[in-house]
Amino acid sequence: MSDLDKQPGRLRPAPENFLSEEQIREVAAGRRSFLRRSLMVAGAALAAPLAARAAEGDPAILELPEWSTTLGQPVAARPYGMPSKFESQLLRRESPGLARVGGASVSFCPLQGLFGIITPSGLHFERHHQGWHEVDPARHRLMINGSDPAFLKKPKVYTMDDLMRLPPVSRIHFIECGANTGLEWGNVAVPTVQYTHGMLSCSEFTGVPLKTLLEDCGVDYKKARYVLAEGADGSSMTRTIPMEMVENGEVFVAYGMNGEMLRPENGYPLRLVVPGVQGVSWVKWLRRIEVGDKPYATKDEAVHYIDLMPDGTHRQYTSIQEAKSVITSPSGGQTLLNQGFYNVSGVAWSGRGKIKQVDVSFDGGINWQTARIEGPVQNKALTRFNIGWKWDGKPAILQSRAIDETGYVQPTYGQLRKVRGTKSIYHNNAIQSWKVVESGEITNVQVL
Amino acid sequence: MSRFSKSILLVALCGASVAASAFDTYGIGRQATPAEVKAWDIDVRADFKGLPKGSGTVQKGNDLFEEKCASCHGSFGESNEVFTPLVGGTTKDDIKNGRVGGFVSGDIPQRTTFTKVATISTVWDYIYRAMPWTAPKSLKPDDVYAILAYFLNLAEIVPEDFTLSDQNIAEVQKKMPNRYGMSTDHGMWPGAPAKKGGIGNGGKPDVKNVACMKNCKTEVQIGSTLPDYARTAHGELADQYRSFGPVRGTRTLDGSAAAAAPAVSPEMELATKSGCMACHGVNNKIVGPGYNEVVARYKDQADAESRLVAKVKAGGQGVWGAVPMPPNGHLADADIKKLVHWIFSGAK
Ligand code: HEC
Ligand code: HEC
Repeated sequence: MSDLDKQPGRLRPAPENFLSEEQIREVAAGRRSFLRRSLMVAGAALAAPLAARAAEGDPAILELPEWSTTLGQPVAARPYGMPSKFESQLLRRESPGLARVGGASVSFCPLQGLFGIITPSGLHFERHHQGWHEVDPARHRLMINGSDPAFLKKPKVYTMDDLMRLPPVSRIHFIECGANTGLEWGNVAVPTVQYTHGMLSCSEFTGVPLKTLLEDCGVDYKKARYVLAEGADGSSMTRTIPMEMVENGEVFVAYGMNGEMLRPENGYPLRLVVPGVQGVSWVKWLRRIEVGDKPYATKDEAVHYIDLMPDGTHRQYTSIQEAKSVITSPSGGQTLLNQGFYNVSGVAWSGRGKIKQVDVSFDGGINWQTARIEGPVQNKALTRFNIGWKWDGKPAILQSRAIDETGYVQPTYGQLRKVRGTKSIYHNNAIQSWKVVESGEITNVQVL
Repeated sequence: MSRFSKSILLVALCGASVAASAFDTYGIGRQATPAEVKAWDIDVRADFKGLPKGSGTVQKGNDLFEEKCASCHGSFGESNEVFTPLVGGTTKDDIKNGRVGGFVSGDIPQRTTFTKVATISTVWDYIYRAMPWTAPKSLKPDDVYAILAYFLNLAEIVPEDFTLSDQNIAEVQKKMPNRYGMSTDHGMWPGAPAKKGGIGNGGKPDVKNVACMKNCKTEVQIGSTLPDYARTAHGELADQYRSFGPVRGTRTLDGSAAAAAPAVSPEMELATKSGCMACHGVNNKIVGPGYNEVVARYKDQADAESRLVAKVKAGGQGVWGAVPMPPNGHLADADIKKLVHWIFSGAK
């Protein structure tokens, strides 16, 4: 066997996929006889020629697998492609006990196994307040009106046909729920990066700048300085957006996501994109835009998504997601296989613009090294970073620290809590720490 | 091309781009009719712009709440079953001061809606657009005034014989317990600052770190570690990672049980989609009884299935307690039959 196996600290992973999924189900159902059989077969195959074959080389090479020796499946066997059956473990998951009913809940994105910066659409995190629907695009409308008739020359209605005829933009942006990492304000509460940071995704969105539509309706920018966005679902989610972000062209109404239409769970057929701002403002199933002269104090900006400060006040209309980063691999809930080289990888993002630099520490923040950023770096988008690390088998604490183009440096838990206390729920952007112990197990800890 | 024709072209281009930014340029979309705007423009602002005329008494609100809301929120809006409580945690002093004392002292037992909300318009707007949760936009403005009057009475803001209306709601606003509890003095509003008619301080961050690189501190202070219960509360972590690659998920449970998680059945999907699972667990009571309890109760009664189909369709109360099940008339009869049959077959 290879030298790797003889190294101290080596954990032997079970041979991959020794039992097929079907066989595992049979075992669970109590039919063990086949298992004995398959073990015998495997044993017989392995035992006798084992020594000889081990000397020759890897059976995965020496014995050609069926995919090398038989005919594969034809084109369009799956007209809408699916991930490999071996990829069944990275799924959106709920955090048990977080919400009582699935229609007003969250499912978290499995950041631990994702690469690059684009979130596969089927793994995009979900947050619904009143369930999700399959909205019929032929019956979906976008209305634009003014809280006062003087704010808009002409209130208008657009169909999906109309919207998709207008000149579009395509841009890559992150979306993060304001409550991401909210479970961890007071103390460590959840085991893996999926649950600490998984209310985060990043996609290429396509749609029409809201500026185009408001100007098409003859908006009066002098009078109307706020925008209300409203959804078509039962909750008819509403949030206030500043007109400045519309005027500068950043906000758009999107129908496309990663080259196809939005997924139903993400607002099909139309959602708002508000780059750098918390997810709740990216109103899904968008049905109406109202321009007005005052903010609206809607339920999700007057009862929720308000940040409780140590003096007992709640901060209202906090919207920007400040610079933040997290190491996704290796991370909490994982176990390192053995000592030696690892690529430490993660994502960084900022609601104030581009990521300028990401630093990584392996000793709990005493010393830092600058990580390699995978370009091109996009505005208000996830940014992937990588850095090499040789694990020597000793305890370590891994951290990452993002710096954005405004010079803002992601804070420590100590710094964040000194200003905002521990009860805010929202906008926790503290430096995340993963502790590695001798066995290779990694757990979530908070370094102050 | 001559100089002359070039400049004409330039003028023409400018003309085109000016036209592109003018109003109604594309000939796409159409004017909204007044009736359409009225149908969808339902938002109510803190200054009560958008508030429909109407009124409702505490007593009527009490009745409506029992009928349409209590099954999820508890008779006094106090229930934790589906969501945080609506009312509770405010005092007479809070009503006087406009600040909820529990937040100031830091010992608030529970953050109910009425401890947090500063603006009464918010509650009116939200109930009208979104509640009851399973039948949103079914309430009339008078119903909303009545239910809100009932909440205000529970919170001891108005007396039992009070009638809330568009005429007196601004007076009631002056008694909201947390009316001075909001702050906009922060740097997290992405628009103009307060001094220019916007919100906040113009984006100035409140928390600061510096990018130290070497010997940044002498010791690493760990403030918190993962509690044991949290290590296993999220299921088998090993199954939440690939079985190949640079790392493995840590095995946190005895793997065998987790190995073969069954797929969700079509009936379970129907029950979830139809809202049944918001109120019933397979093996536990939520608002209504667990399905296991239902089966246990009726297992020896031959006609139970057909009786319960009628009950689920019509709703009703009294068999399991005072809390009613709302009618489920929005579902097809065949689906209700399927669901009840499924419940009796073990709800798998
Ligand atoms: C089937 C269960 C159910 C019923 C019936 C129901 N609600 Fe709710 N209610 C919920 C859920 C779930 C939420 C949380 C929604 C969210 O996450 O945005 C909620 C939220 C609310 C809130 C906002 C609370 C807050 O702090 O954000 C109010 C107010 C409210 N309900 C009032 C009512 C009223 C009034 C009725 C009756 C007319 C009613 N509800 C009926 C389930 C229900
Ligand atoms: C808003 C909460 C709520 C929803 C939604 C709901 N139920 Fe119920 N359900 C209840 C309550 C409360 C009871 C107890 C009624 C009683 O005591 O008579 C109940 C009772 C029942 C019973 C037993 C009736 C009896 O007389 O013993 C069945 C069966 C049942 N529900 C099935 C369903 C199905 C199927 C759905 C979905 C179509 C559903 N429920 C949706 C709250 C709900």
